[in-house]
Amino acid sequence: MWVASIVFDNLLETLLLSSYNTRLVVLGTTLLGTAAGLIGSFLLLRKQSLLGDALSHATLPGIGIAFAVMTSLGFSGRNLPGLLAGATITGLLGVILVLAIRNTTRLKDDAAMGIVLSVFFGLGVAILGIVNKLPNQSAAGLESFIYGKTASMVFADFLLISATLIITTIVCLFILKELTLLCFDDSFASTQGFPVIILDILLMGLVTAVTVVGLQAVGLILIIAFLIIPATAARFWTHDLRKMLWLAALIGGISGWLGSSLSALLPDLPSGAIIVIAAASIFIVSMLLGPARGVLPRYQRHRTLKKKMGRQHLLRSTYEILENTQDTHPLRNLPIPIDKLRAHRYWSKGELKKLLRQARAEDHVERQPSGAIRLSESGFGEASRITRNHRLWELYLIKHADIAPSHVDRDADMVEHLLGAEMVHQLEAELETEDHTLASPHLIET
Amino acid sequence: MRPEHPPEFPVSVHDLTVAYHRKPVLWDIDLNIPQGTLSGIVGPNGAGKSTLLKSCLNLIPKTSGEILIYGKPYEHQRDLIAYVPQRESVDWDFPVSALDVVAMGTYRKLGWFKRVGKSQKKQAHEALEKVGIGHLAHRQISQLSGGQQQRVFLARALVQDAEIYFMDEPFAAVDAATEQAIIELLQDLNKRGKTVLCVHHDLATVSRYFDHLVLLNMRIVASGPTQETFNRDNLQKTYGGKLQLLDDIAEALKNVGR
Repeated sequence: MWVASIVFDNLLETLLLSSYNTRLVVLGTTLLGTAAGLIGSFLLLRKQSLLGDALSHATLPGIGIAFAVMTSLGFSGRNLPGLLAGATITGLLGVILVLAIRNTTRLKDDAAMGIVLSVFFGLGVAILGIVNKLPNQSAAGLESFIYGKTASMVFADFLLISATLIITTIVCLFILKELTLLCFDDSFASTQGFPVIILDILLMGLVTAVTVVGLQAVGLILIIAFLIIPATAARFWTHDLRKMLWLAALIGGISGWLGSSLSALLPDLPSGAIIVIAAASIFIVSMLLGPARGVLPRYQRHRTLKKKMGRQHLLRSTYEILENTQDTHPLRNLPIPIDKLRAHRYWSKGELKKLLRQARAEDHVERQPSGAIRLSESGFGEASRITRNHRLWELYLIKHADIAPSHVDRDADMVEHLLGAEMVHQLEAELETEDHTLASPHLIET
Repeated sequence: MRPEHPPEFPVSVHDLTVAYHRKPVLWDIDLNIPQGTLSGIVGPNGAGKSTLLKSCLNLIPKTSGEILIYGKPYEHQRDLIAYVPQRESVDWDFPVSALDVVAMGTYRKLGWFKRVGKSQKKQAHEALEKVGIGHLAHRQISQLSGGQQQRVFLARALVQDAEIYFMDEPFAAVDAATEQAIIELLQDLNKRGKTVLCVHHDLATVSRYFDHLVLLNMRIVASGPTQETFNRDNLQKTYGGKLQLLDDIAEALKNVGR
């Protein structure tokens, strides 16, 4: 019992930032997530996500080299600004190399990035191996840049990281309009006099800044997830860029906060991994539930449409059978044998059964003691309305677009379900008809 | 100043050659587009129609040659130019609304850092009304039909309020109603004295839509008023051995007289 209470106290203490050191780490990582979410959105929309990955992997040799250089000059090899400067240099070198390979050879993006990413990372691992053997200074701990370790953050590091993130965020917000134009339509941007190359460099610069200061907390392998996952998760919730940016920043911030708090609580777990898992959990929820593009809302919309289509087909078929079997006017609502209904539209037994069950539940159809079915009063009205809409639409297609009348029926079947009441009024006006017993165009033609 | 390319021409191309990977796509193009014309660029697939248009807009590097807009290089004349790219050139899944896209036409006048404000939104709304889809202003662009997307691009060009309109296949894969709306728009621009240069691929409508033609197949086959250039001889030179097209050409020529 007391174990649980200690864990709980610890959890509360961490999440509420009561310890000074955790407070630094958690604040720094939350800021990082916010900036990564915002800037990652543009990286994603520019379709350059993998370039970010090449960039982050290419930072490793820089870290090793910077350590070696600083040590040999007599400084501490652990100086964070020095290490990050080295990371920036080789990171950018990697990006330039990708662009150079792409532009001078006929290799495609993915191949160029694959080469640069793996070669630079391999080089980095080799350099760290050599640096480890240097006398005097132990390079142990440099590996934390690979997987990320927030616990090593001190106040000076925190200041550097926060300042960088705040500046990148402000720059990004300043050129929001220009970045949007770049990502949506770069050739139009160019004709408008916005220099595409400079904008691309600016965007890559922002990405580089976030990546490099994020290395310590998240690690170079996982930082790409921090740039991409919040942005993709946000996209499921909205079609509006501004909202997407806000959401991505928020999701990134929450992931950073959750991830670094949990990893402070359980020091054996690398913070980068926890942060990515936190972000991925939010991603999965977004993918399933996001109203704009989520899986479940889309499935629900599809099901609703299918149900509506099924109802309309059933009622219209019934109405058509009634029309075909009587010459009297007005139409009488007579019972119809199920076999006749089934033959009218080639339904399978199961399909028709399901449709009838649904129609009975909606009180459109009644079952007769003889086994035949009969439209209810409301079903009869609805069937007449649907049939009429259908024919209005058919006539509209024939009159207004050059579609052969023999092809109309199939199109009408699909589109009539998308017609609202307003459209129907418009069709009525256009067709200038008040005739409530419109004959099917197939009959007009013969 | 080149005597054969006087500055009263909205677009003049001198000795232009463009090559991709050492393979020339356009050869020795020499061209003047007269003021106030509805000019069509016509030719088979791979003839370099889009390439010519993009070269005029500095979107692809020229191997040699020079393009002047009213006698000056393109960089000095951006304000006079509006551009309608091919519809497929952008990702229509992008999270912006129709109004947002149209407002992009105001970005140049707006300048760096400034946000789109009320007056820009008003202009964008008016342009959307002009192309007949004002009611769709706040739709996300992926929820528009192909024809409506094309209209959004046209509205963006209208907002630019330019003198020369470059359009890359605006009639490609649009519905009949949109085609009609576009041609009315072009005629309206024409009436207001604007110049339109339009890549087009449908020979059947060429003589109805354009009063000036550029027949292109890697080089200029003919350039001049439609009545003089749109004939069997030139079309055969342009479409060459592509025999399956000869029927189309015959069909198209029938329409010239109308």
